Amino acid sequence: MPTDGRPILEVRELRTYFFPEEGTVKAVDGASFEVFPGRTLGIVGESGCGKSVTAKSILRIVERPGRIVGGAIHLRREGGTDPAATIDLATLDPAGLEIRHIRGGDIALVFQEPMTSFSPVHSIGNQMVEMIRVHTRLDKAAARERAVEMLRLVGIPRPDRRIDEYAFQLSGGLRQRAMIALALSCHPRILIADEPTTALDVTTQAQILDLLRHLQAQERMAVVLITHNLGVVAEMCDEVVVMYLGRVVERGPVDAIFHAPKHPYTRALLRSIPSIRASVRTKLPTIAGSIPHPYNRPPGCPFHPRCPDVIRGVCDRSEPGPRPVGPGQTASCFLYEESP
Amino acid sequence: MTPPDPGPGPLLEVKGLRKYFPIRKGVFRKVLGHVRAVDDVSFSLDRSETLALVGESGCGKTTTSRCILRALSPTQGRILFRTGEGAVVDVARLPKSQLRPLRRQMQMIFQDPFSSLNPRKTLLDIVGEPLLVNGMRSRRERAERVAELLRLVGLRPEYMRRFPHAFSGGQRQRIGIARALALNPSLVVADEPVSALDVSVQAQILNLMVDLQAQLGLTYLFVAHDLSVVKHVSDRVAVMYVGKIVELAPTERLFDAPRHPYTEALLSAVPKPDPRLRAQRIVLQGEVADPANPPSGCYFHPRCPYAVPICRTERPRLEAVAPGHLVSCHRARELSLRGVGA
Repeated sequence: MPTDGRPILEVRELRTYFFPEEGTVKAVDGASFEVFPGRTLGIVGESGCGKSVTAKSILRIVERPGRIVGGAIHLRREGGTDPAATIDLATLDPAGLEIRHIRGGDIALVFQEPMTSFSPVHSIGNQMVEMIRVHTRLDKAAARERAVEMLRLVGIPRPDRRIDEYAFQLSGGLRQRAMIALALSCHPRILIADEPTTALDVTTQAQILDLLRHLQAQERMAVVLITHNLGVVAEMCDEVVVMYLGRVVERGPVDAIFHAPKHPYTRALLRSIPSIRASVRTKLPTIAGSIPHPYNRPPGCPFHPRCPDVIRGVCDRSEPGPRPVGPGQTASCFLYEESP
Repeated sequence: MTPPDPGPGPLLEVKGLRKYFPIRKGVFRKVLGHVRAVDDVSFSLDRSETLALVGESGCGKTTTSRCILRALSPTQGRILFRTGEGAVVDVARLPKSQLRPLRRQMQMIFQDPFSSLNPRKTLLDIVGEPLLVNGMRSRRERAERVAELLRLVGLRPEYMRRFPHAFSGGQRQRIGIARALALNPSLVVADEPVSALDVSVQAQILNLMVDLQAQLGLTYLFVAHDLSVVKHVSDRVAVMYVGKIVELAPTERLFDAPRHPYTEALLSAVPKPDPRLRAQRIVLQGEVADPANPPSGCYFHPRCPYAVPICRTERPRLEAVAPGHLVSCHRARELSLRGVGA
């Protein structure tokens, strides 16, 4: 897919911490990545790795007691005279007019559970019309027309009738389609999809992934796909960011991540996933131990207590930064200290 | 400790199992129709074997497993279970009072390790409860058995005084397994035992289940929606669609050479963790049929890319296309369908 080489969104050293009464949870601790128009970036990791908090930070919807404590989120402005002009979302007032215009307008979000994202007491159509009218100058009738059009675009049968139904009247797959229609109704430049298919069955998941890919090509959107499912990442993404306990441990082109993973965590994770192509009843290689509780974050590299390649006296003392390990690929690991 | 030898023959035989749920409406709760959650399901399960029941939500896999445990009473059909004493009992018809001795022999592992353990009880109480209920009165004896069980599932016996909140998801699932094994069951029904766990922990639990099976001669009925997980643990797989088994085959055969179009679509829909395999996926049109109002003929025909006129009118029967390979499709013998390579 062609890009003009400039990212539409640039996240730099993002730090989002939570300050509950018991201490500090570093949910996101220095995440950096870029999002390009027309391309899909995958953010993968297991629970507690900070992938969802990263998405919430971009939209500035992190709940208390969490807040962004460092870093920058540069969004490139649309049109204008200076194409290089950016705005730092991290500095905006989370309740201010500017970010409210960006949410839903420039950047839209699709959640995992469409049942909880729709209001149960308003029809799908009313919610879409409201959103369209907040972000555009369309009148009620025109907004409704656009809503019907969007529902048709995402493949909902009889959209002119479905629009007056409520979320609970739709099946899981249709509800997720309606959620996507709602997100895309103002033609956002970036779509953040947080586990968009996790609650769905595989055949429905295949339908939704196909739909997302199709719409992305049509609208030339940038997509940030947040998931724990490495199969979904392999099928959908161009670039991948792997997170563990709030840190980006590896990032790179999708083929390199799956065929030449460098960070021990990425490697172990890929080995341990059950594969439909494995031979029958084979044992899976496992990662020792379990993900530490966020209050008991290990010192040094967060993965070192579970790492098969741990260097004693190094990995448990200081945190490795990203090092280049291939074209467009970096890994945050001391193994690559002297790599070219 | 292995369960007593119940003699030859399958451990469990399910014959023509049906479970209908009434749809009621109005002040008088008039029955308007039935949801056919399980609709004429038959299969058998040999000792020390793992049979997987797979399918998408609403296909009846969980309802089937609940009927076998008699957590639900079946509408029709027979569930023949061979007890440790060698007798064959029909679980479907047993009066409630006679179920308890049977339940020692059939145990369950649950999906959600966070809601299936009582947060106010210690591991000793949780894992020891089935022992107490079944007559092990001495606390010291129970503590010894609990320690043994915890070791068996890879937890330290010292943990028995702790509460569930001190453990991670994977550890909690181990606790659930220890509880299920406390009474030396012969049949273990595992309903989505790893789907709530992180990938890196999933593998540990799957391996543990396979090890325990070899060690204790357990028989598993493994209910799951994730075909890749199923491939790692089962000997045979039954695919369900709208309350019926559409295909049942040895695991390798089912994955390599499926004979039912729904199985083919299901296999192809699983995202493969390799970007070089962005294959032509079969994307099924439409949605899963409503079990309260299923379509005519073959339930799958409205979504089936291979449907012919007979599929609309006549319901196919589950028939053998090869030894041990049952398919319910009019065109099972003529279609050549795509599986997944090894």
